[in-house]
Amino acid sequence: MIELRNLKKNYGSFTAVDSINLTVPDGELFGFLGPNGAGKTTTLRMIAGILQPTSGTIHLAGIDLAENPLKAKAKLGFIPDRPFIYEKLTGAEFLRFVAGLYGQDGDKVEHRGRELMALFDLEEWADELVESYSHGMRQKLIISSAFIHRPEVIVVDEPMVGLDPKAARILKDLFREYVRRGHTIMMSTHTLEVAETLCDRIAIIQHGKIRAVGTIQDLRAEATGGGGLEEIFLKLTGERAARETMDVLDA
Amino acid sequence: MSSMHSALAVLTPRMTRAVKPFESPSLMHLLSPKWLSAKARPLGKTENKAGRLVLFFIVGAVFWVFVFGLLYRLLKYFRGIPEIGALLAAKLLGLMFISLFGILILSYVVTALSSFFLAKDLDLLVAAPVDWLRLYGAKLLETTGHSSWMVVLVATPVLTAYGIVYGGGLLYPIVAIAAVVPFLFIPAAIGSSITLLLVNIFPARRTRDILSVIAVLTAAGLVLIFRLIRPERLARPEGFRSLVEFISLLRGPTSPWLPSEWAAQGIMTWLRDEPELLSFYLLWSTAAALVVFGALLHRWLYTRGFTKAQESGERFVRNGRLGKAVGRLLTPWGVMRRELVLKEMRLFFRDTTQWSQLILLTVLVVVYVFNIKFLPLRGEGITFFLANVIPFVNLVLAGFVLASIAARFIFPGISLEGRTLWLLRSSPLEMEELLWSKFWVGTIPLLGLAVGLVFATDVLLQVSGFMMTVSIFTITMMTFAIAGLALGFGALFPKFNTENAAQIPTSFGGLVLMMASVVLIGLVIVLEARPVYQYVGARLLHADPDPWAMLFGFGGAVLLSLAATFIPIRIAVRRMGELER
Repeated sequence: MIELRNLKKNYGSFTAVDSINLTVPDGELFGFLGPNGAGKTTTLRMIAGILQPTSGTIHLAGIDLAENPLKAKAKLGFIPDRPFIYEKLTGAEFLRFVAGLYGQDGDKVEHRGRELMALFDLEEWADELVESYSHGMRQKLIISSAFIHRPEVIVVDEPMVGLDPKAARILKDLFREYVRRGHTIMMSTHTLEVAETLCDRIAIIQHGKIRAVGTIQDLRAEATGGGGLEEIFLKLTGERAARETMDVLDA
Repeated sequence: MSSMHSALAVLTPRMTRAVKPFESPSLMHLLSPKWLSAKARPLGKTENKAGRLVLFFIVGAVFWVFVFGLLYRLLKYFRGIPEIGALLAAKLLGLMFISLFGILILSYVVTALSSFFLAKDLDLLVAAPVDWLRLYGAKLLETTGHSSWMVVLVATPVLTAYGIVYGGGLLYPIVAIAAVVPFLFIPAAIGSSITLLLVNIFPARRTRDILSVIAVLTAAGLVLIFRLIRPERLARPEGFRSLVEFISLLRGPTSPWLPSEWAAQGIMTWLRDEPELLSFYLLWSTAAALVVFGALLHRWLYTRGFTKAQESGERFVRNGRLGKAVGRLLTPWGVMRRELVLKEMRLFFRDTTQWSQLILLTVLVVVYVFNIKFLPLRGEGITFFLANVIPFVNLVLAGFVLASIAARFIFPGISLEGRTLWLLRSSPLEMEELLWSKFWVGTIPLLGLAVGLVFATDVLLQVSGFMMTVSIFTITMMTFAIAGLALGFGALFPKFNTENAAQIPTSFGGLVLMMASVVLIGLVIVLEARPVYQYVGARLLHADPDPWAMLFGFGGAVLLSLAATFIPIRIAVRRMGELER
């Protein structure tokens, strides 16, 4: 479970995240949508314990992140949007290292690592340096690393970027199965189709505030007029004011 | 139909517009991102820029005044010696230029590898319609700037002292610049050409092989140069058969074919009021010829080399025996600590930009041991007292060597973690664990080196048992303290976004670390000097040394070293906890 209470983040005078209140219960896959710069990544990075909130609290699996950061983080797996990892480690070494950060090692971890790499077709690359991996392969490795220690909560920023269709499908299945087992996932995405088909509930964030939250039906009702998630998103965020493309291209 | 037309108009450029003939972007344009980035963040993107800028200028001014003062006094003294004085001054300048020449070539080879072949902007530049000559020019200037700014920093007060003592006049700065500028470009053209040739032979990412060849060659070359020059002879004129022989040695050029000699000659002849254009002609024509040669070589080999550089040299790696042994050894300390230490070791040995700096370490140690080996310690006029003091000075020098190694290897540790901090910060890892693992991984090899170095040089110096014990004890404490400082300053002045690990030690934080290390070494030596002085004196007079002075001196040194080990790490832990990345 993830609980955010009055979560706020200021960068100087700019408020990136403004008093967010949100509860994502166990067994739910929660989607976080919003235009660029809306505060999605900042929120997720605060939940991951990388950024410190200006005010407000975060609870992961019932543990206060500020009061008991190590215990709370032990429950968490984080997948960032920019896959920078140690270039000079091999894929297998990287997974072993991440498991070690959570105090786990041994045959079970090795087995789990091999299974995860096989799932994403990385088996043959397990003993090669990460520097020779493509963007998508790095993304797959990071996703594998988030599962290696069996976290209760997964926070993921733009999971589908760089993935091939097969890996994207595998990831969707993995996420669904994971929440079916009672765990929690919170993810941000720009791929509305993914959010629509995958997420149990969705929040739309804009200028650091939650504009709407609920199931796709709830959002449709709020946007008055129905339609697909794209229509709802554009209506709620007021992003329809597109310029005349001709003028832009001729400028 | 009309909508179809407008769609086509968007997708295809309008042919009716006048098409300008294409021009390759200018050299200035290619360099502008570097210039703009430098302007945007002179000291890194951190808070309190003004304060750091002021500190930077103060540190720079103190350094310049120190070097200038030292040279000024020395040159004044030389000036007082008739006949030989000017020759000694010229020799000293020649020695400085030849050392700088060696350092520059080595540094250009390493920098050229990253700026010509591995830098992240290359994908963009090589893919863009930039002609080969401008790319060469831009990258050569970038390499020269990166590698030579430190040399310029050191050379400025030295050359100023020469100009003032020998009354160079108003035109002297122009003369000095006219000598130094081609002197910087000659090794740049040579160094980048060497790199180009090496990359064409080996893939750039397999620089391990290339750089170990360079390391061996450089060390051998340095030893050779030192043996050829035999600087210790200059310090002892009584060793020559006659004064005439000594003067003739001083008069003769050290190496008439080296640009360092031309630069020194050009400046000295001006200062002696016998200006000679030949040196400048040689410098400028050689620089121009080498740059043209380098450009032609670049045109011929760069595309091939760049393609090879994209190949990943090593893909498969096996876990070495050392890794397995360390893994087993560390298992009782917990999984997390073991994995952190193993990761540090793997990253270090697999990252050529990191370990290639071992070359500099080799050079430092070779030069250092050779200097000790040829110190004139056994001749006439060398007292028992002096023979005991010199090993103490040895400690100071070993301390400097240690500080520069710590700046190269321990200081960048935190900065290199920048892009992966998301992983460490989001995991249940205490920052303290991370810092201590970095501390031990850096300190243990450093300690081995430090103790080995001091032991070897003390054996060469044939010191007493007491001095040996004091030396080993002191260098052990200093190693811990310097490693602590390096880690602390590394966390206080991180450079998270750097492309090249080799640039981290030469950053502002690296400079501050070196200053702090010098202060620490100075304080430890001052604290220990008194008891050692008393002990040596008492031994000479067959008396007992004062136990209180010993306790105060050595106790103070221990306390200081402990403080310098633990306080910076505590500060670093706090700072890391506050970092938001």
